[in-house]
Amino acid sequence: MPKLLSGAEIVFKSLEDQKVEYIFGYPGGAVLPIYDELKNHKTIKHILARHEQGAGHAAEGYARSSGKPGVLLVTSGPGATNAVTALTDAYMDSIPIVCISGQVPTHLIGTDAFQECDTTGITRPCTKHNWLVKDVNDLADIMNQAFRIATTGRPGPVLVDIPKDIQFNKGVYKVSKNKLEKKLNGALTHKINLKEVDKFIEMIKKSSKPIFYSGGGVINSGPKASELLRELVSLTGFPITSTLQGLGAYPGDDPQFLGMLGMHGTYEANNAMHDCDLMINVGARFDDRITGKIDEFSPKSKKIHIDIDPSSIGKNVKVDLAITSDVTELLQAVIKRFKEKNKNFIESNKQKTAKWWTRINEWREKKSLNFINSKETIKPQHAVQRLYELTKNQDTFITTEVGQHQMWAAQHYKFNKPNRWMTSGGLGTMGYGLPAAIGVQIAHPKKLVVDIAGEASILMNIQEMSTAIQYRLPVKIFILNNEYMGMVRQWQELLHDKNYSESYTEALPDFVKLAEAYGAVGIRAKNPDELDEKIKEMIKIDKPVIFDCVVDKVENCYPMIPSGKPHNQMLLGPEDEKEEVSDEGKTLV
Amino acid sequence: MSKPKSAYSQPTKFGKEDHHIIVVWVDNEAGVLARVIGLFSGRGYNIESLAVAEIDKIKHLSRITIVTKGTPEVIQQIKLQLGKLIPVHKVADFSRNDPKILFKELALLKVVGATKKLDKAKKLCKKHDGLILDKTKKSFVIQVTALRREIDKLVTILKPLGLISVSRTGAVAMTKGDEVFTQ
Ligand SMILES: Cc1ncc(C[n+]2csc(CCOP(=O)(O)OP(=O)(O)O)c2C)c(N)n1
Ligand SMILES: [Mg+2]
Repeated sequence: MPKLLSGAEIVFKSLEDQKVEYIFGYPGGAVLPIYDELKNHKTIKHILARHEQGAGHAAEGYARSSGKPGVLLVTSGPGATNAVTALTDAYMDSIPIVCISGQVPTHLIGTDAFQECDTTGITRPCTKHNWLVKDVNDLADIMNQAFRIATTGRPGPVLVDIPKDIQFNKGVYKVSKNKLEKKLNGALTHKINLKEVDKFIEMIKKSSKPIFYSGGGVINSGPKASELLRELVSLTGFPITSTLQGLGAYPGDDPQFLGMLGMHGTYEANNAMHDCDLMINVGARFDDRITGKIDEFSPKSKKIHIDIDPSSIGKNVKVDLAITSDVTELLQAVIKRFKEKNKNFIESNKQKTAKWWTRINEWREKKSLNFINSKETIKPQHAVQRLYELTKNQDTFITTEVGQHQMWAAQHYKFNKPNRWMTSGGLGTMGYGLPAAIGVQIAHPKKLVVDIAGEASILMNIQEMSTAIQYRLPVKIFILNNEYMGMVRQWQELLHDKNYSESYTEALPDFVKLAEAYGAVGIRAKNPDELDEKIKEMIKIDKPVIFDCVVDKVENCYPMIPSGKPHNQMLLGPEDEKEEVSDEGKTLV
Repeated sequence: MSKPKSAYSQPTKFGKEDHHIIVVWVDNEAGVLARVIGLFSGRGYNIESLAVAEIDKIKHLSRITIVTKGTPEVIQQIKLQLGKLIPVHKVADFSRNDPKILFKELALLKVVGATKKLDKAKKLCKKHDGLILDKTKKSFVIQVTALRREIDKLVTILKPLGLISVSRTGAVAMTKGDEVFTQ
């Protein structure tokens, strides 16, 4: 007779089997048996957040920066509903999260019991899969599958809902052989097909105006993928641009890198995407923030798309060569084959792409990220540039909230390694950055972790300051404080007749005092002269810091592709804003 | 069309929509139908009819047949998105005009009226191998298996003859010949 374990013990046994070191969570009635069991498992540390959304984003930050799945533990009802934003965020950005939620006891399900909600129903569309556990003997299998599904194929969140009686019940810990082997996530385990590889190389050789366009899939595929991407880009001598989520896969300061593309991408990246004759999409998904007007997206190019998720291919943009594969595996095959046959390609091909590079350099001359600096007020772009200059010599991890500051961070902070940049891209969740930074700092205790924040966003999960203090996590919150929901204000200025409806925050806390109230350190910088000194001071402090960087209130984020326009019609700065807004356009936002 | 001033673009090209029959083999577990249906409603796909039942009592497999309408791109997405659901084993897609596929829908029709009208109604049902399941002096219930549009037509012409109740299944489909669909 095998040993019987309680449901709660089974949960921990499978967490141990998965080598989980941290759980981010918040207790409540329906998960107390699991919390009871915590003390018996010394290798697993629980991080108590101050809100389940915070716990969820912290798990995301942990996962993104470490490459391991994040584990989230919440109670039934409000605990589960508070986790929904984080689960959706992880779903959109393909982050592996295993969420365990408590549920009312089985016999009360369906009776509107205290703190009952249909958790699996609510989270069905925002998880890769979820389970309501009905028999304690299924629990070990379900937990095992949960980790597999979260971490394989296109990663994402899963949820296991465990009624309280199941947590108490005794059952056997038995993991059966995986039935899913053949089709994890619907992505049939892809066998690299030499024909595809040869076609890939053929297209590379034919092109005279090529561009690589890489995305978060490269990061998700692991650090090896970034190395391979660098190798292929340098073997071909082609230019490369990246999505918001892909930043860091390719060094941000390399001459072949054209900067980020998309709505707030650089002039050279977007124009090159528009005019190219070959686009090589490596692990990106032709998101609408990237393509602009879809009908006029890169009209003359042949397109190659590598994605692990077959449903991402051909969803928004038709492609000429579709390869369903993990990025690492495919790049390995391509590079091997390419080297066999094309020694010295870069030299022999120089002539062919010379004109293209000349064109690109002309676009670069526009210096589309430039801004007019000021001696009186701190320009937000300048603040990010200074932060970059003063932190680039150490291995720094950056998270962000959502808004203009996020785009300025993406434009002006240069990432040289993968997993150093954590931002909410797909869902655009204000309040992501601070809890994410906490998760990052847990995974990398000795590293500098900075949340580049807006004053509006930071207030959405400010309670997590308390978590940072409790676990002595010296995260730095660098607020570009413009007193406005700047991104909203910018859209109102450009698209809504300067009707600044509800985008100014009349009452803001004193962020320095707020930091002190939590037991952290507050620093304020008001003018450009003191900025460097104060940033240096912030970096030195081994405690959480809120840095209130008082910036220009009405600066806009440029360049910008407005109005569902194609890539080659960007606004570069205030002088381009003249055009009138149509009523139809406004309804589209 | 005036130039839109928005971050979202407007589509200007629309593909031609076609009817397709999507067949999905799934594990018959709790919530599986909700997953499939939720995917359709969440992504804005059409469902014109739906038929589900367990087809293998030992392996607990169910077969779901969905009639939908969409552009070729949408139909492709439906197949790929369904394929990603964990309990889904395979997905087949048949065009409604595919000559190699059999489609059938079943309907129960209740007609109430005088003998003369009832007789006339019965005659009209004959063409579709109508099977009388219940009969009284004033009424009958008949079972008809036919194509969707044939049943539609029958319903229209039976209305004036006293048709008072209609119950229909969604379409089910099967390939002709000795082939079975494998993926
Ligand atoms: C939870 C949530 N609510 C609303 C929005 C819409 N939104 C996008 S940016 C933004 C303003 C952000 O203001 P702030 O944090 O001050 O950043 P700034 O743009 O000023 O840099 C708002 C309200 C959002 N992205 N997320
Ligand atoms: Mg702001």
